[in-house]
Amino acid sequence: MALFSIFPRRKTFDHGIYPVEHKELTADKPIRRMPFAPELVIPLEQHKGKPAIPTVRVGQEVVRGEPIAEADGHVSVPMHAPATGVIRDIALAPTAAGPKAPAIYLKVYQAASQRVLFDSAPDLAAMSRAELVAAVQQAGLVGLGGAAFPSHVKLVPPEGRTIETVLVNGCECEPYLTCDHRIMLEQTAALVRGIQLVLRATGAERAVIGVEDNKLDAVEHLRREIPADLPITAEAVQSKYPQGAERMLIKSLTGREVPVGGLPADVGVAVYNVGTLAQMGDLLPKGQGLIERVVTVSGPGVERPGNFMVPVGTPLRFLLEQVGLKESFGEVILGGPMMGMAVASLDVPVTKAVSGVVVLEREDLDLAERKVYPCIKCGACVEACPISLNPSVLGELAQVRDYATMAEHYHLDQCFECGCCAYVCPSNIPLTQYFRIAKAINREDEQ
Amino acid sequence: MRSVVLALLPVSAFAVYQFGLSVLLLLITTTVVAVATEWLFARLSGQGNTVSDWSAVITGLLLGLTLPPGFPLWMAAVAAFVGIALGKALFGGLGYNVMNPALVGRAFVQAAFPVAITTWTPAFAPERFAELIPSTLTLPFMQPVPIDDWVAGLGLDAWSGATPLALQKFQQIELPLSDVFSGTIAGSAGETSAILILVCGLWLAWRRMLDWRIPASVMAGAVLTALPFWLLDPTLYPSPWFVLCSGGLMLGAWFMASDMVASPVTARGAIIYGLFIGVLTVIIRLFGGLVEGVMYAILLANALGPLISGWTQPRVYGAGSRPKA
Ligand code: SF4
Ligand code: SF4
Repeated sequence: MALFSIFPRRKTFDHGIYPVEHKELTADKPIRRMPFAPELVIPLEQHKGKPAIPTVRVGQEVVRGEPIAEADGHVSVPMHAPATGVIRDIALAPTAAGPKAPAIYLKVYQAASQRVLFDSAPDLAAMSRAELVAAVQQAGLVGLGGAAFPSHVKLVPPEGRTIETVLVNGCECEPYLTCDHRIMLEQTAALVRGIQLVLRATGAERAVIGVEDNKLDAVEHLRREIPADLPITAEAVQSKYPQGAERMLIKSLTGREVPVGGLPADVGVAVYNVGTLAQMGDLLPKGQGLIERVVTVSGPGVERPGNFMVPVGTPLRFLLEQVGLKESFGEVILGGPMMGMAVASLDVPVTKAVSGVVVLEREDLDLAERKVYPCIKCGACVEACPISLNPSVLGELAQVRDYATMAEHYHLDQCFECGCCAYVCPSNIPLTQYFRIAKAINREDEQ
Repeated sequence: MRSVVLALLPVSAFAVYQFGLSVLLLLITTTVVAVATEWLFARLSGQGNTVSDWSAVITGLLLGLTLPPGFPLWMAAVAAFVGIALGKALFGGLGYNVMNPALVGRAFVQAAFPVAITTWTPAFAPERFAELIPSTLTLPFMQPVPIDDWVAGLGLDAWSGATPLALQKFQQIELPLSDVFSGTIAGSAGETSAILILVCGLWLAWRRMLDWRIPASVMAGAVLTALPFWLLDPTLYPSPWFVLCSGGLMLGAWFMASDMVASPVTARGAIIYGLFIGVLTVIIRLFGGLVEGVMYAILLANALGPLISGWTQPRVYGAGSRPKA
């Protein structure tokens, strides 16, 4: 690619990879509503920060949209009932990460109307910035791109920093996923409202929506739909993984790099996913909380792939029954195949963090279990790492368990486990997996 | 790595076509010994089956291609053994070697058998598919029989026993470029046809099995170094094109310098490394006591590889960036 760098090209970041996109499976599938599962499982920890605290008791009846758990401090969000029903239990439930965690089991009344009854439309226009931030927290909003970081926290920059530009992330660089694409096409008005709210809450001057150039239809659509008097622009960026990573998109759109150990606010920006802002624009004016999200269900192991509005807490088993699971299915991945996590059990529910459910076939897995060869110093990983680390050296250090040197001399803590290095490695070295383990062990040692 | 072997096959085939049965035996010997040595050391160190990664085959073939066509087979076997044992297994096997094993093997025999390794035979000898070059079957630990009588018997008038490089260096006779380019000349078994190496190398680069930056910068380094001298005195110094197409430069640039294991991992590093090889090769050729400098230039650059990687590691994202007040 470097050969062509003399020609003008789309805005982008350094390095990265070009995985096969597979987006054609669902790109033209409009968002459809997923029916309610008989029972929803709502984990109390669906976001970064402290888990929510339940405010309901077992046996209590709840109405769709009613708060069922409250935020525990600033870096936390409340939960709302995704359906009308009765609380069956508050107990441990399986999670994508593995270990069980507390969750609220909600038995859904299948005959109920499922109208959201908690409407108390606030006067948004009269709200101060602080009140807006509180309203965003009350709505239970978190980053729907997959990070699940509480949205209101990013609205308030640290002391001494200001946010000039809001970057809206519509890249969706993970293969298979198309939910953000559909949101930009179908929920444009809500998205624009959400952007306006964030502009007000942060005091930023302008917003730029970054969209990978494999979705030029979305760029054109946004340019047409966004009122000309708003300081909101849509910009195409190069289709390259991981364009949708926060630090990469900041580099692509502003040319600036977030300092090591710093925050996006350090370079005057805050980044929000399009799905998050569409929900914000939809929920805040109505005073409602986040109870559902758009999920792409796709992959070769699925009969009828598509984009669905899924109630939070829907067990994967139910979701996959609706789309039809092929006999030959192998692994089920939450999120995209690059950074997502394979689940051990289909009882794991869809949470606010789940942007996609990708089902691979068994054959794909056999391929994944290829023989690992020694590092041949080909440099492919060095050319791929978007953070410009040296995964080759890091990998060799990991093999001899020298985790301290990895952190001290080779910037291990900057690795965000994007998977580029492992993807390109001709020796099939599971580099990203090594780094994940190394980081976890270093964290333990620090404590 | 199978495609590297594939890319070497046309070069090997041409070498056999050009020099006959002796080269066929030579290539078979180096390849078999290299693979056997690899197998032996993998057994000893408990690494399991490392032969299946094809890297030993590549080493064997490459080594054979850099030897003179009539090189005694037992010496070739020693070179292959030393290349794999000292150049690779000693460091811990594939991926851990600092230098290109084939070149380590060749450097060893260059020092051990200085006469045999500079004894060249004519290309396209009439009976090359019927008889062997006499020196080929020298008994182990014996010096090869002199081949002068055999060469004289071929009835070639103009045979001087010198490679184009030596002719140029010592007698300032520059052979026509077309001969050097197409390979109808004396030299090591596989380094004589620049065009064939170029085509096979380009194919590999296109398949992304080698980093195009390395051969490109080796060639650029060589041309840029040779150019001023040639402009100064074209009768004394070789032309840049001659420099490019003669001797082992092409083979070295495309197949040996580009050895991933022994070259820097960064893109900028690859360019510096390549230029270094190109420049050093020409300096050795023009001013050193040796006729050919590619081998030592690459070995030296190999040794510097990790250092170059370290210097050229790109700046970590956000490392130089300062918060905006
Ligand atoms: S996983 Fe870490 S080391 Fe590998 S490419 Fe991504 S950021 Fe770089
Ligand atoms: S991509 Fe794999 S083989 Fe190549 S340098 Fe990196 S770790 Fe080594």
